Amino acid sequence: MSVGDSRQIIREQVLAAFDRKMKLHITGGGSKQFYGRASYGEPLDMRNHSGIVTYDPKELVLTVRSGTTLKEIESTLASEGQLLPFEPPHFGEHATIGGAIATGLSGPRRPYSMSARDCMLGCQLLNGKGEYLHFGGQVMKNVAGYDVSRLVTGSMGTLGVLLQFSLKVLPAPGSMITLVQEHSVEQALNTMHRIKGSPLPVDATCYHEGRLYIRLSGSAGAVESAKSQMGGQVVDDGDRFWQQLREHELDFFKTEKPLWRLSVKPSTPALELEGEQLIDWGGAQRWLISELPEQEIRTATADAGGHAILFRGGDRTGNVFHPLPSSLMTIHERLKNTFDPGAIFNPGAMYASL
Amino acid sequence: MSTSQNTIKRALCSFLPRDAVLSSKEELHPYECDGLSAYRRLPLLVVLPETIEQVQRILTTCHEMKVPVVARGAGTGLSGGALPVEDGILLSLAKFNQILDVDTDSCTATVQPGVRNLAISEAVKKHGLYYAPDPSSQIACSIGGNVAENAGGVHCLKYGLTVHNILKLKVITIDGELLTIGSDALDAPGYDLLALMTGSEGMLGVIVEITVKLLPLPERAQVILAAFDNVEKAGDAVGTIIANGIIPAGLEMMDNPAIRAAESFAHAGYPTDAEAILLCEIDGTNEEVSEQIMQVRQLLKNAGATEVRTAKDEKERQLFWKGRKSAFPAVGRISPDYYCMDGTIPRRKLAHVLKRISELSQEYGLSVANVFHAGDGNLHPLILYDANIPGELEKTEELGGKILELCVEVGGTITGEHGVGVEKINQMCVQFQTDELRQFHLVKECFDPLGLLNPGKAVPTLHRCAEFGAMHVHKGELAFPELERF
Ligand SMILES: Cc1cc2nc3c(=O)[nH]c(=O)nc-3n(C[C@H](O)[C@H](O)[C@H](O)COP(=O)(O)OP(=O)(O)OC[C@H]3O[C@@H](n4cnc5c(N)ncnc54)[C@H](O)[C@@H]3O)c2cc1C
Repeated sequence: MSVGDSRQIIREQVLAAFDRKMKLHITGGGSKQFYGRASYGEPLDMRNHSGIVTYDPKELVLTVRSGTTLKEIESTLASEGQLLPFEPPHFGEHATIGGAIATGLSGPRRPYSMSARDCMLGCQLLNGKGEYLHFGGQVMKNVAGYDVSRLVTGSMGTLGVLLQFSLKVLPAPGSMITLVQEHSVEQALNTMHRIKGSPLPVDATCYHEGRLYIRLSGSAGAVESAKSQMGGQVVDDGDRFWQQLREHELDFFKTEKPLWRLSVKPSTPALELEGEQLIDWGGAQRWLISELPEQEIRTATADAGGHAILFRGGDRTGNVFHPLPSSLMTIHERLKNTFDPGAIFNPGAMYASL
Repeated sequence: MSTSQNTIKRALCSFLPRDAVLSSKEELHPYECDGLSAYRRLPLLVVLPETIEQVQRILTTCHEMKVPVVARGAGTGLSGGALPVEDGILLSLAKFNQILDVDTDSCTATVQPGVRNLAISEAVKKHGLYYAPDPSSQIACSIGGNVAENAGGVHCLKYGLTVHNILKLKVITIDGELLTIGSDALDAPGYDLLALMTGSEGMLGVIVEITVKLLPLPERAQVILAAFDNVEKAGDAVGTIIANGIIPAGLEMMDNPAIRAAESFAHAGYPTDAEAILLCEIDGTNEEVSEQIMQVRQLLKNAGATEVRTAKDEKERQLFWKGRKSAFPAVGRISPDYYCMDGTIPRRKLAHVLKRISELSQEYGLSVANVFHAGDGNLHPLILYDANIPGELEKTEELGGKILELCVEVGGTITGEHGVGVEKINQMCVQFQTDELRQFHLVKECFDPLGLLNPGKAVPTLHRCAEFGAMHVHKGELAFPELERF
């Protein structure tokens, strides 16, 4: 296993920043710099804090330093027939697990399996006072203390420097095929809902321009039987389709216009919003390319029980994430202040006041 | 009636119906403890609100009067989480017992916190759906209590814990503010307060509404019982099944004392001469179950099982599970009292941990029966004792504490699903360092700066740890050396 424990150096940088009232901009592979609000500060490079610390396939747990690349992790897991259940988007060759956890992004499998925070079992972090803190552990079930490891997942690096994680991993499915069916958007959403409520071995769905893509995964027999039950064409290079969806490499995503991620109640009907849309996560995630005013998009999404994120492009200095009600914002500000009293880490990356 | 009880009662009765406030000794008695009955205390008052507005006013009143509040669901908790405090009120959520909405397209149900865990699955069965986390106490425990403890169950290996199966909460903070945490979508903006709230043991807010995820009932479920003449072999078999890419819906282990107790209670057909049995449930589509059952049978035989039996029908499957799910009451029948521990360990340490437990059991002269959520490493040693023998409870608690410390030593945790409550508060000092405990207190202050919600539970004060550390010098190292001793 590779060695690369740079905790000491990182801690010194944090302590120095705290003393000198400086800001730190935490970076991994730089693949997700486009995401979140524009932030600033002295770069704190995590790439040297890397390496798989322990991995025992029988335990279904991987413990890894945050600067390790997703590529290294995925190939190590694949050699044991396992995978990261949340299928994290890389968005670049050098993507690290630290970035994947800090942004909390999950790929196509998410609604049928687990999200990034679901896989989180424990983490080690440095708070803004330079204290090493360890929460959770390396075991599946652990309710000792508040669940800080999941709290920091998706916190955009605003609560501390994430040093090390223990994550749940799962066996890769024995067999996978992708079906495509022609549908109207209403039919496609109906089918997605029917799938979610039935015990079919489906682990990804996506609808775009009249075509519903369905990924079947499981034992060979189960996949074969579901295939004949569901009908539709088998897609030749199905894996490639899901990878392109996950990495935003489908033609749909090639645009200079703002890209919005609308996270909604899965049963939400087709959203009437001007622009291009792509639906995945069984209807729970709608990608929208649109130049509509922010407020219009946010209102429609909130009415659908969810929230909107300006994922790429647009104004990165405004509200990128959905504004919070003031009662919740107050709690966020207090939490930020307890973890990072000097407001050192990734200032403004999530909300202007965090 | 003491003055403070009187004053608070008057304040609460100004907006609550008379029968929603209990104050006489007889009325308070049923609330003196939860499932950890070794600890008992009477609260000042018990209040039984039935609307969100009432809960808000109760909390605002208590906040203004600086009166502690302990929330209570069904009181089945095993760590003393719902144990009342003498100078505080006990807030029962029992009247919040309605299922508010079922959305079969999104596969969700919105329920009040007092709804029983099993009642959710029963209500949605007609839609081919169920709520996955199934604690053994599921006929009695409340979903609000499940969220507060992040409850698990035998099906958690495949389907996750409470935290993985909820989407949204309505929570009231101690100042009466109603917060919506999470959303109807699969995620929510901001920090993951949903996770923070789950398992927070009533320390951060009172949960008044929960939206849970529902899953489709599997097409088929099948259970295998395997017997072993040696505990270690059974433990290794668990790892082998998982290493072969199979995630059973449930994977449970019992040792010989637990097998014998369960068998004489439930007549499940368990082999009483076995040193250990494994129950392995496979669910999924028909084809998947057929394939994996064959595979698991072979793996178990190769792992040295002396007997491998597949339940011949649904009735026998239910019976196999009944034995396991009634293990606690079954042990309760063979001993005047039992004490249920709840550590989690990395599975590879199982043989070592069981050996140490049996040594400790001999050292203390107390028998231990082990029930084990083997798939996810969650161990429930049941210590048999007699509370009527002076000093035996204290001895039992000491043995229990040793077992938990052993779990931490091998890289595990002091509680997998029952929570810290009052019971494991000292062991928190073993699992966490000063800075981590301090961070927990700071998190609590973000929600409840006066410390009125469930005081004295879940997170020990640093002084308490210093005292505990002075008694427990571990391997010659003093815990919390930086704190003064007294
Ligand atoms: C025989 C038996 C078997 C068990 N098996 C399991 C098992 O397999 N898995 C498992 O995880 N547990 C198990 N338990 C433990 C217990 O059932 C769970 O912890 C359960 O989640 C507690 O629910 P409750 O409604 O009884 O909560 P209570 O005991 O009433 O309360 C538990 C905690 O939650 C807080 N709380 C309750 N309701 C709320 C609310 N609405 N808002 C805020 N805080 C609240 C209380 O303050 C307390 O801290 C078992 C218990 C017994 C007696």
